[in-house]
Formats: sequence, C-alpha cells, structure tokens
Amino acid sequence: MTMLLPLMTASAARAEGGTFWMPKAASTYAQDVDDVFYFIYYTDAVFFAVLMAAMILMAIKYRRKGEAEVTPVIKGNHTLELAWSVFPTFLLVAMFWLGFKGWMNMAVPPADAMEVRVIGQKWNWTYQYPAANIDGVDYPSFEVAGADAACMDRVTDPSRDIECNAALVVPAGKPVKLVMNSRDVLHSFFVPDFRMKRDVIPGRYTQQWFEAPEVGEHNVFCTEYCGDRHGYMYSKVQVKSPADFEAWKLEQHKKAAASGLVSGAELGAQLFASKGCAGCHKIDGTKLVGPWLNGKFGTVEQLEGGATVTIDEGYLRESILVPGAKVVAGYPPSMPPYQGQLDDRQVEGLIEYIKSLK
Amino acid sequence: MSTSTLDGVGHGAPGTSYLNAKSGLMSWLFTIDHKRIGVMYLVTVLSFFLVGGLLALGIRTELLTPAGDVFSAAVYNKLFTLHGAIMVFLVLVPAIPATLGNFLLPLQLGTIDVAFPKLNLLSFHIYLLGAFFLVFTLVTGGVDTGWTFYTPYSSTSADGNVVAALTGAFILGFSSILTGLNFIVTVHKMRAPGVTWLRMPLFVWAIYATSVIQVLATPVIAITLFLLIFEKIVGIGIFDPALGGDPVLFQHFFWFYSHPVVYVMVLPAFGVMSETITVHSRKHIFGYTAIAASSIAIAAVGFIIWGHHMFVSGQSELSGTVFSLLTFAVAIPTAIKLCSWIATLYRGSIQWNSPMLYSLGFLWIFAIGGLTGLFLATLSTDVHFHDTYFVVAHFHYVMMGGVLFALIAGMHHWWPKITGRMFNDKIGRINWVLAFVGYNLTFFPQFVAGSQGMPRRYHQYLPEFQMWNQLSTLGSYLFGLSLFIILAYLLHSIFKGVKAPSNPWGAASLEWQTKSPPVEHNFEADVICTYGPYDYDAHRAAQS
Amino acid sequence: MSTAAGADHGHAHPWYQAHHFKNMEQQNASNKFGMWLFLVQELLFFAGLFMAYASMRYFYPGTWLEAAEQLDKVMGAINTVVLLTSSLTMALGVRAAQLGQNKQVAAWMVATIAGAYGFLIIKYFEYSHKIHVGLLPGKWFGFDELKTTATNAPQIFFSVYFMMTGVHGLHVVIGIGVIFWILFRALRDEFGPENYAAVENVGLYWHLVDLIWIFLFPLLYLVR
Ligand code: HEA
Ligand code: HEA
Ligand code: HEC
Ligand code: CUA
Ligand SMILES: [Cu+2]
Repeated sequence: MTMLLPLMTASAARAEGGTFWMPKAASTYAQDVDDVFYFIYYTDAVFFAVLMAAMILMAIKYRRKGEAEVTPVIKGNHTLELAWSVFPTFLLVAMFWLGFKGWMNMAVPPADAMEVRVIGQKWNWTYQYPAANIDGVDYPSFEVAGADAACMDRVTDPSRDIECNAALVVPAGKPVKLVMNSRDVLHSFFVPDFRMKRDVIPGRYTQQWFEAPEVGEHNVFCTEYCGDRHGYMYSKVQVKSPADFEAWKLEQHKKAAASGLVSGAELGAQLFASKGCAGCHKIDGTKLVGPWLNGKFGTVEQLEGGATVTIDEGYLRESILVPGAKVVAGYPPSMPPYQGQLDDRQVEGLIEYIKSLK
Repeated sequence: MSTSTLDGVGHGAPGTSYLNAKSGLMSWLFTIDHKRIGVMYLVTVLSFFLVGGLLALGIRTELLTPAGDVFSAAVYNKLFTLHGAIMVFLVLVPAIPATLGNFLLPLQLGTIDVAFPKLNLLSFHIYLLGAFFLVFTLVTGGVDTGWTFYTPYSSTSADGNVVAALTGAFILGFSSILTGLNFIVTVHKMRAPGVTWLRMPLFVWAIYATSVIQVLATPVIAITLFLLIFEKIVGIGIFDPALGGDPVLFQHFFWFYSHPVVYVMVLPAFGVMSETITVHSRKHIFGYTAIAASSIAIAAVGFIIWGHHMFVSGQSELSGTVFSLLTFAVAIPTAIKLCSWIATLYRGSIQWNSPMLYSLGFLWIFAIGGLTGLFLATLSTDVHFHDTYFVVAHFHYVMMGGVLFALIAGMHHWWPKITGRMFNDKIGRINWVLAFVGYNLTFFPQFVAGSQGMPRRYHQYLPEFQMWNQLSTLGSYLFGLSLFIILAYLLHSIFKGVKAPSNPWGAASLEWQTKSPPVEHNFEADVICTYGPYDYDAHRAAQS
Repeated sequence: MSTAAGADHGHAHPWYQAHHFKNMEQQNASNKFGMWLFLVQELLFFAGLFMAYASMRYFYPGTWLEAAEQLDKVMGAINTVVLLTSSLTMALGVRAAQLGQNKQVAAWMVATIAGAYGFLIIKYFEYSHKIHVGLLPGKWFGFDELKTTATNAPQIFFSVYFMMTGVHGLHVVIGIGVIFWILFRALRDEFGPENYAAVENVGLYWHLVDLIWIFLFPLLYLVR
C-alpha cells in the first residue's frame, strides 16, 4: 500500500483528466469533494501504514523461537490507551466537519439556478424544460426523453444505450437545479464527474443542483436498484456553451410549439378548467370556496391547527391528491381528493400551471 | 483457572466424548447439548456459505466482460439478491455466535450448558425452517429485490417469490433473537464460581454485546418484514407511495435493524481475535477492560447511526448531519480494539501458524474495511460513493475479509477442541498466502472501480471499468480455490488427522482445560476459576 | 432434561430442577431474567408498529380524525375492562401458585381464559362489522362514505388498525394457549413455593399483552 501511494495520488496516473481514484472533476463543487476525499485518504494511509508496519515488524521480531519462551505480563498502559482514543477523535471530527460543509453547499441551490424537471421511469430519464418567453414570444415547455432510434440502429451493443439515450442539456457556467421525481419505483440520479447523486422517489420531489464550468459530456447512471434494466438506465449530461444552449433551447421550444403537443403548464391550464378546479379557486387573488392560487408558489401557508408549510411542488401535489392531509387555515376541508383521477403527467401539468400563475 | 483435574470431569466411559456419546442422526438433530448444536450450526452455515459463494462466482463471471453476456439481466439480479440475502441472513448473522459461540460459551464460563438448552435447540430448528424458505425461494424462481428489499420495488414490481424470501428472513429473525436471549441469560446467571465479569474471556464479552443487539434490533426487522409481506399481499399502503405510504420510512425501518446487525456480525469476530492473538502470542491481552468496554460501546452507538445508509435518500438535511456525526463515534472504540491487539504482539512469543496468520490477515483487511467506512460516513464523499462498488468493496472488506476471516481463524484455533484432531498446518500456512492474495485481489480493485463511478447492482458496465473488474474476477477464482482447499484439509483431518492433545496451544482459558473433544456433560462438577483467561504465568504455575 | 434423575450424578435435586442448573435459585433467576428479555423483545416488536402508526398519523392527521370515528368506542372500552380484569385474575393466580394452592391457581386460570375469550369474541364482532361494510386494509378497502369525503388514504388507517389489533390478537391467542398449559399443570398439582416460575412468567406475558392494549385503545379509538 505504502509503496503504491504515489501512484494513487492526485498528481500521478491521470486517467482522462481524473486521478487514479476520482474521475475528472467537472462541477464547481467536485474539487471540494475531492479535497475532503484526499484528506481522509492521507489520514487513513498514515494510520494504516503505522499500524500494519507495527504488526508486521513485531510478528517478525517476536516470532516464537522455542516452546519454553516466557513473555512479560503487560496488561495495558493508560497513557498509550488514552492517546489512541483521543488523538483519532480530533481527526474524525475534522472529517465530519469538512464533509458537512461540502454537503451543505451541495444541498442548497443558488437562488438564480435554472430549473429542469427530471423524471425517472423504468428505465430511462425524461427532462422537462419550463415554458419561456423568448424575445417577446411565448413558447411552450418541452421535454426530452427516450432513445434515438437511428443511433440505436448504429450501436449494436445494448450496453451502449448510453450513446443514444436523450441527454440532459445544460449551459456551461450557470447553476442548474434539478427537481426530480419518479413515476414508478425508486431511482437515483448520479453523475460521477459532478460528484452528485440523489434518490428519485415516486410521490415526492427531491432536488439537487450543479454548475458545470466547462463544455463537455458526462455520464449519468441510475444508482438505485430499479429492476431488470437498472444496469442500463443511462443518460448523459451535455454541457453546451451558453450561446449553443440558448440556440438549442429555442429550437426545442419551436419544435414543441409546432407539434402542438400540450405539456406542462398548458396541460395544467386545460385541466384547471376541465376538472372543476376553477369552480372553487380563483386566480386573481380573491377567495371562492377555496383559496386563490396565483402568487402562491414559494410562499408560506398557514394551516389549520397552527402549523405552517412552504408551498413547493411536494405540497401542491399533496394538496391536489390528498387535500385532507393539510388543510389551509380558514377553509373547510371540502376539496375532493384527486387521487386516482389524475395521472402523474396531469398532476405535474397542474403544478406547473399553478407555479406559473403570478 | 483450575487445572488438569478437569480432564475427565463428567460422566460416561473413558474415551467417550460429546461426539460419540450417542449416535444416529436423531441423536444430533434433537440433541440439547450446546456443543452438538454448535457443530450442527457450523455445518449448515458453511453449506450456505458454499451456496452463497457459488452465486458470487456467478456474479463475478458475468462481470468478466462489460457486456451482459453470461446471464440475462433478470437472472443476474436474482444472483446478487440471493447472494446477499443468504450471506447476511443465513451465513453472517449466525456465523460466529451460533457456531463457535454455542460451542464455547458454556465451556469458557465453566458451566454445563447454556441457560436454556431446549430453547437453544428450538433456535436451531427455527433457523432450519427459515433456511428452508430461502432455499424454497431459490428453487422457485428466486427474488430480484436486492437484499435490502426497498419498497415500492419489492412490494409492486419485483419478479419472483418475494413473499417466501421475506417469510424466510422473518423466521430467521426469531432464531437470532432466541439465541441472543439465551446467551445473555447464560452470561449473567451461569458463570462458574470465580468467573467474575472481569475474568470472562473477551470472546464472551463480544458475544454478550452481540446478543444485546440481537435482542433489541431483530424484533424491529421482524415487524418490518411482516408489514412488507402484507404490503405485498394486501397493499396496506404504509410503504408504497402509490397508496399513500412512504418508501423512505421503509428504509428507516430496514436500517434500524440492518445497521446494528453489521455489529452482530463483527463483534464476535473481534471476540475471536482477542482469543487467537493472545493465545498464539502467548501473552496477556493488552487493555482487557478497554476491549471489553469498547464491545459494549460499539453495540450501543451502533443503534443510533442507521441513517448513514440514507444520506442521499431524501431524509432531511438535519438527520443526515446528525447521523454522520454519530457514525464517526463508532470508529473510536474500534480503533481502541485494533490498537490493543497490535500492542498485544509487543514482546510476545508469536507462533506463525494458520490461526495466527488468519488473525493477522484479519487485522490488515479489517483495517482497510473500517478505514474506508470513514469515506462513507463523511457526508460529501458519501454522496459520490453511495451505491457504487466502493460500498461493495467496503462491506466485503469488513464482512468477508473481516468476519469470515475471523471465523476461519477461529475454526482453525478451536478445531482441535471441536473435532479432537489436528489439521495440517503446513498446507494451512501455504494456502493462507493464496487466500490473502486472492482476497485482496478480488475486492481492492472494486474500490477503484467504485470511486471512478461504477454503480453496484449493474448487470453490465462501461468498458472503462473493465480492467478493475477483470482483476476482481481473477481474484475471486483464486480466493474461491483457497477456500475449497481449506475445506479439503479440514475435512481430511477429521478422518486422518493426528489426535489432538487437550491444550495444543498452551492456552489459559477454561475451554482448553477440558478434554479434546470435550465429554458430553462438560463441567458437571463445580469448577473454581482462580486466574484470568490470559494469565499465562498463573497457568504455567498451576500446570507444574 | 427434567426426566434425567439426579441420583446417578451424585447430587440429588428436585424433579422440577433442570439438570444443568446448580440449584433452584439459579434456575428461577434465569427463567425470570429470560422472560424479561423476551418481554423487551416483544416491546420492540410492537415499537415498530407504533412507529408506523406515528408516521402515518403524522402524514394524514385529518384522515385519522375521521376514520377513527368508524371504530366502536363502546366495544373498545368494554374490551379494555375485560382485559384489565383478566390481568387481575392472572395476578391472583400467580399469588396462589406461590402459596402452592394449585386448585385456586386452576380457578384463576379459568377466569383469565374466560376473559381472553371474552376479548376475542368482542373483537370478532368488531371485525365482522368492519369486514361487512368494507372498512378493510389496503386494496380491500371498500367503504364508500369515507372514500368520497375530503379524507384521503382512509385505507391506511384501517391497515394500521388491522395490523396492530391483529398482531395483538395473535398474542391473545397465544396467551390462551400458554394459560391452558398452566391450568393443566395446576390441575396436576405441580406448583409450589419453590416452583412457580412458569406461572409468574406467563403472568408477566399476559400483563404485557394487556399493557399493549392499553396503548392501542386510545391511539386507535380515541383519536382527537
Ligand atoms: C461487518 C460489517 C460492517 C462493519 C463492521 C462496518 C463498519 C463501518 N461501516 Fe459499513 N457497511 C456494511 C457493513 C459493515 N460496515 C454493509 C453491509 C454496508 C452496505 C449495505 C448495503 O447497502 O447493501 C455498509 C455500508 C456503510 C455505509 C453506507 C454507505 C452507502 O451506502 O452510502 C456507511 C456510511 O457511513 C458505512 C460506514 C461504516 C463505518 C464508519 C464503520 C465503522 O464501524 C468502521 C470503524 C473502523 C475503523 C475506522 C478502522 C479502525 C480505526 C483506526 C485504525 C483508528 C484510526 C482512524 C482514523 C482516525 C482515521 N458503512
Ligand atoms: C457475508 C457476506 C458476504 C460474503 C462472504 C460475500 C462473498 C463474496 N461476494 Fe458478496 N455481497 C454481499 C455479502 C457477501 N459477499 C452482500 C450483502 C451483497 C449485496 C447484495 C445486494 O446488492 O443486494 C454482495 C454483493 C456482491 C457483489 C456486487 C453485485 C452487484 O452489486 O452487482 C459482488 C461482485 O463482485 C460480490 C462478490 C463476492 C465474492 C466474489 C465473494 C467471495 O468472497 C465468495 C467466496 C466464497 C466461495 C467461492 C465459496 C467457498 C466456500 C466453501 C468451499 C465452503 C466451505 C468453506 C470453508 C470450510 C472455509 N458480492
Ligand atoms: C369543491 C371545491 C374545490 C375543488 C373542485 C377544488 N378545490 Fe382546491 N381547495 C378547495 C378548498 C376548500 C381548499 C382549502 C382547504 C384545503 O387546503 O384543503 C383548497 C385548497 C387547494 C390548494 C392549496 C392552496 C393553498 O393555498 O395552500 C391547492 C393547490 C388546490 N386546492 C388546487 C386545486 C386543483 C388543482 C383543483 C382541480 C384539479 C382543485 N383544487 C379543485 C376546494 C376545491
Ligand atoms: Cu432506475 Cu435504477
Ligand atoms: Cu451501517
């Protein structure tokens, strides 16, 4: 181990821009994670080397020479015992602290992060981009999903799905926030180059964020076991220059507009009318049977019974599917549950719609 | 402890031992002799180790090449699920407590039997019943949930006989609880006069701490599996989000047991180390009280750190932080043990024989396994390592390389006592090299593959991970071979081995003061223990 | 082991002392300690159910309020009284066993068994009513009245209800079995001042079963 050490360190053995241990560091916080890694790594290496050297040397030096050998009675040594209990403690606390700091940074997305919805479904990833107003034109939201058939044709090895699956496209140098949920079982969205991973859960939203400073391509793996083709649930993150990204995005928006396929907020608006929501909810800041729904997203709601809740995707979903669970203060619990009447896509549409109401 | 007069204590004609006092299959299957029960556990546990190991070789063979070419994805998923479930529930949990623990606990305490011999037999029968269900699962289509049974996959879309597997694990839990309960009472109430708490061998302390975990944690997994069985059959909706339940709740339930259970596996292994290292260095253990206390500390802290398996699962940031901090706390008592064992070597008289070599091998391997645990306990690095091969390597280093190396060390150490025969130590020593090299070759490359990003439970993988996987597969074949060699020479010794003296290693603890193999009713007459288990001077004085 | 006569090992001991114990004191202490550990184990087993209850109630406070209305508080209350009484008769039985009055032990056991049956019969009526109207766990749930109000996931309440009371009921059934065993042994005049650990342990078990019900009743029936 000790001899191999130089080989395994940061400087040596660079494999495709990574090190012996870590793949290339392609997000703003990846280097932090690697620094913590190497801190633990060297601490571990020193402890390991010292302990094992002691063990091996003593095993050789004190090897039994004859059956009659008598050994001294050493029952312990308080100083020594105290030393090896206390000294590591400091190092362990340091590890915790470094890890904690890095983690908090990874957990809290910057306020100006661009948002993309990620949906996990056996066994591929779908990315939804919100509707946008570009140069005064309203464009609908769009999504990228599935595998490119032509590409699949070309690549015969099924394990190379990764080449053909739809990629998450993001701009370089801008923070991106992923708001994720699953349509079936647990999945997990892992980008090794970003040191980023989070479970994707049905019926609940999780999020994570990253900022990739440079243009490039990075693997996405599903790391929560999800059945048969868990090992094939690949995708990529494509980091484009901001200009390329904007061009790509405009093109996608236009395609979506042309196809006439409603998705996201438009679908939500239609459902809001057709499912009777509008009968109880106004979107002009006035009260009907239920509370108004414009300008609500991100605010804090007072609940019956004194609790409060921040209105986020998870709360909206729950309010639609299971309104009885958390009742807004001052209103009767009279909203019907929509569980079983709306599919996931529709709920998401409604949520998008409510989010868009200013 | 009291001396050679103990030989021959007990009843029966001269020359009989617990092995030949009665004969016939029934005299084994329905025995209430703790030694026979221990031996039966040993045979079954090793058989399941063989089954689990063969499944592992299947896994490794599939991973020889990046493409998923040997087995289909569905078969592969069943391979690792059954491999994990068999290794954890059927092999590792009973591996040391139920085998060596059963055999040694009464002997080391100087008593006739455990507190409840019939209950002990019942535990074994329950174990067989549970094992039957898992084998039934294996032959009726397997299961593909992973050994962690995460919902909603396990409760909705899983392929195979999930209910049978859950039932098996559920039943096995009770076997484990009853064994633990039995041992706790034995330690409290059955010690021979003079075996004070601080004169108990450290193996007993370790088993004691283990038993406490078994009694406190296992019921929780029992009820969890019970609920999951009903989730699967009736859709009770507690764990399934589609029905309004919470999958993260299941994970909390699961790890509340399955984290402590890793200490159920490893504490007895620590206990074995405390025995083998002192005996084969013929030296008093360094820091007896610290080692005994750290077993209890590990057991206690082990209960409050389960959330470190869920840093990225969607539990709150606060819980993640607290669980990470607490997890580090468990490293300190472990460090105390490791350092104390190494300090014991100082100025010892170290025998280079198989039990000692496996013990030193354990220290090496477990140190790596434990130290890599620290990367996983650290929040920001675990985000990267979670569910990659880094974790797979970590837990094989602590479980296979740790616990099973300790079991192998312990089997060699107590083999003369259990069977009354000596094994061929020379083959043992040579084969150790193969085992040690093969082992490290199997699992060390997995650390690299994992930190480079290779996820676990993947039927195929990207070509950039190929080199690491091929090294690993090669290693696993070598390692498997070395295990078969152990099996061969141990079996050979039963028939052809030299008869063992009652105390071949010159140990001072009570079990070595009985005949090899012991008579049926050990310590029928009162023994009075007058010196500690590691007091080689007093022992030598008493002998002469 | 109790059949192995002590004589041939040179030390005689009463027939009810197992061979591997040195004396009755050791045997009784071991049995009692073992039982306490078993009870601890039982508590943790139920603790899992209580945790499931707590989480689900936390998710669906409204549901809990509404669904609990469907339970029959009167029957629940009667059952509480029945179980408490049976705990009392059990305690009296233990006392009689310590005094070696085997006839009275038998009588108290009969009374306790009667209580246990009473509990199960009442539970049977409760269950059959729920089954009849469709207040059932999970996918069997079919009670339309609750389905159409604002309440969601009422089936989860009933899942929790049936899991908790079902597991508890199973303990009552097992209790009946072991109490019958004590009854049988009392009829054979087995217990005495030195040998009553079995009665005491069954007693402890029965008190635990009772205790758990004391928690279940308010948590399930008296939600507010
Ligand atoms: C015998 C079994 C065993 C043992 C003993 C351990 C021991 C430890 N484990 Fe491990 N672990 C598993 C079995 C075990 N583990 C299993 C099976 C899994 C995965 C399950 C699954 O997902 O399928 C797992 C997963 C796992 C995770 C979750 C990873 C993930 O999925 O993201 C974590 C995270 O904290 C972890 C941490 C630790 C720590 C800190 C220890 C500590 O106890 C280690 C303490 C020891 C040392 C630290 C070494 C000795 C100390 C010194 C030499 C002193 C000086 C040291 C320093 C100051 C540097 N383990
Ligand atoms: C005790 C626990 C234990 C043990 C011993 C092992 C042993 C081995 N394991 Fe396993 N493993 C797990 C517990 C264990 N494993 C768990 C819990 C998982 C997770 C499952 C999941 O994800 O759900 C896992 C997963 C796992 C994977 C990951 C699969 C994946 O994620 O896709 C791999 C891959 O290489 C692997 C390999 C091996 C190998 C090569 C061995 C080898 O060391 C095996 C060698 C053994 C033999 C070849 C048998 C020889 C035996 C005899 C001859 C019997 C007699 C012996 C004597 C007398 C000594 N294991
Ligand atoms: C029968 C009347 C009724 C209908 C129909 C109805 N709601 Fe409601 N809704 C209410 C009432 C009353 C409340 C406040 C009480 C509560 O929180 O349950 C409410 C609350 C909400 C809230 C929480 C608002 C907040 O400020 O916290 C959301 C979001 C919501 N409804 C969305 C919808 C959507 C989307 C639909 C249609 C699919 C819908 N509602 C249909 C009556 C209704
Ligand atoms: Cu999706 Cu694994
Ligand atoms: Cu753990």
